[in-house]
Amino acid sequence: MTQAIAQVAAIAATALFIFALYWMNDPKTARRGVYAGVLGMAVAVLATWVQPQIVHHGWILAAIAAGFVVGVPLSRVPLTAVPQRTALSHAFGGLAAGLVGAAEFSLWLREGPGGAQFTTFRTSALVVEVILGFLTFTGSLMAAGKLQEVRWIPQRPVTYPGQNFVNLGVLGAALVLGVLLVLHPTAPAARTVFPVIMGLATLFGVLLIIPIGGADMPTVISILNAYAGLSAVAMGFVLDNKLLVTAGALDGSSGLILSIIMCRAMNRSFANVLFGAFGTVQKVKVIGEQKEWKQESIEGAAQLLEQARLVVIIPGYGMAVAQAQHKVRELYDQLTKRGVTVQFAIHPVAGRMPGHMNVLLAEANIPYTALVEMDEINPEMSQCDVALVIGANDVVNPAARYATGSPIYGMPIIDADKAKTVLAIKRSKNPGFAGIDNELYVKDNTWMLFGDAKQVIGDLVKQFAGGGLH
Amino acid sequence: MTDYWSMVFVFVLATFIGLGVIRRVSRLLYTPLMSLTNAISAIAVVGSLAVAGADHPTSIRILGAVALFASMTNIVSGFLITYRMLRMFKKQ
Repeated sequence: MTQAIAQVAAIAATALFIFALYWMNDPKTARRGVYAGVLGMAVAVLATWVQPQIVHHGWILAAIAAGFVVGVPLSRVPLTAVPQRTALSHAFGGLAAGLVGAAEFSLWLREGPGGAQFTTFRTSALVVEVILGFLTFTGSLMAAGKLQEVRWIPQRPVTYPGQNFVNLGVLGAALVLGVLLVLHPTAPAARTVFPVIMGLATLFGVLLIIPIGGADMPTVISILNAYAGLSAVAMGFVLDNKLLVTAGALDGSSGLILSIIMCRAMNRSFANVLFGAFGTVQKVKVIGEQKEWKQESIEGAAQLLEQARLVVIIPGYGMAVAQAQHKVRELYDQLTKRGVTVQFAIHPVAGRMPGHMNVLLAEANIPYTALVEMDEINPEMSQCDVALVIGANDVVNPAARYATGSPIYGMPIIDADKAKTVLAIKRSKNPGFAGIDNELYVKDNTWMLFGDAKQVIGDLVKQFAGGGLH
Repeated sequence: MTDYWSMVFVFVLATFIGLGVIRRVSRLLYTPLMSLTNAISAIAVVGSLAVAGADHPTSIRILGAVALFASMTNIVSGFLITYRMLRMFKKQ
C-alpha cells in the first residue's frame, strides 16, 4: 500500500515539476509555476515520510525546522545578492547529495559479507554522486564567496604555472580511485579509498573556481547548477528512486541550457571558461592612434535625452554595484512622460548570473515589456537617438567584432556604437572586467559622464524634475 | 534485482523533456528559473529523509539530518525567492 502511494506520488510530483517549468515560459503564468513546484515537493516529502521504515520523526522535524530557520532569511536577500544566494543553494544541493552518498556507502559496508549492494551500476552511480556532490559543494561555496566579496577569497582570478595540470590531476586521481572502487568494492582498502575520493572532489571544487573571474560567473553558476542536478540524478540511481532521477534531470537540463546560452553569449567553450582563466588582465595593443575621451555635462546630457525619440539604456553590472536601478526608473518615468520611447537592451551575460539585469530592473518597477534582448534590439540600434550605457563595458565594446587578439573577440555585443549618440556613465577611467580598453568611449559620437552611476542618473533626474528644461 | 536500464531510460526521457520545456522559458525569467530549479533539485530531500528517519546507526542518521537540513533550506529559500522575484515582473 505505502509502496503504491510512493509510486503515485513520484508520478504526480514529476508531472507537477514539469508544469512548474512549463509555466515559466511567460511572466503572466510564471507564478503558477511556483505553486505547482511547491505542491509537487509537498507530495514527494509526505509520500516518503509515511513509509513504514521512517521511524525517527523527531530528527526529521528538527532538520526541517532548521531548514526553515535558515531558508526564510536566505529568500529575503537584496536582489543584488541573488547570484551568491544561488551559488550557496547549489552548495547545499551538492552537500546533500555528497552526504547521502557517504551514508549509503557505510550502510552498504555494514550489510556485510558478499557486498550484495555493490553492483557495478550502483557503485558507479555512488562514485559519481559523491564526486559531483562534493565538488559542487566547495566549488559553489567558493563562487558564493567571490560574489559576496569575502575578504579571504581573492576576487581576481588566481593563476599559476601548471594550474590546469594540477586541477586535472586531482580530478583524474579521484576518477581512477573511483574506478578501482567499482572494480573491488569489498576490498579492505575500500573503507580508506572512499573518504579519499570525497576529499579529492572537495579539493577539486576549490581549485576549479580559484582561476575564475567575475565576468565568467554567469557561466560558472549555470554549470554548477547542472552539476547539482546531475548529483541528484546519481542519487536516484543509487537509491533506485525514479523521482530523484526525473527532478534531477530537469534541473540538470536547465543548467545545461543556461550554460550553453551563456557560453554562446561570450563566444567561448565550456573548457575555455573552466580552464581558460578569463579576466586576468591582458594587455591588448591599441589599434590606431590614442584618442581622447569627450566629457559631457549633466545639462547637455539631459538635453540630448529630452530631444530623442528613442533612448536605449544598456545596463551592466556597474548599475547593480552602484544600486542605481531605482534612479534609472525615475529617469525612465521622466523620459516617457515627455513622450520619449525608452527601452532597455539586455545582454545575456550582463550581471553576475543569467537574467540578473531583468530582475534588478523589474524590482525597480520597470515594466518587463521595456526589457529587450540583445538579438531583438540590435537591428533597431540605427534608429536609436541616444544609447545610454550604465555600468556596462565589455558587452558594448566594438573591439569584439574585429580585434582578433582580444579576449572578447567574437563575443556578440549590443551595437551601442550604431546609435546616433552614445552617452556612457563610467565610475573611473579604468578598463572593465576583461581588462580591455573600450574604444566605444572615444568614438566621435560618444560622450562620457564620469561619476557614480546612481549620482549621475540622480543629477539627470533632478535636471528634468527641477524644470531646468522644458 | 533492480532494472537499471529502465532507470537510465527514465533519465534520458526526463532530460529531453527538460530540454524541451526549458528552451521555451522566457529569457526575462532566467534568474527566477534558476532559483526554481534549485528548489526542485532539492528533491534530494527524499533521499535525505530516508537516511535520517530510518532505523540506522546514529552516525549515519546525523549525515542524513544534515543533508535533510541542506535540502530543506533550498526548498524553502528557493520557492520563496522565486515567488518574490516573479511578483516584481509587471506589464505596466
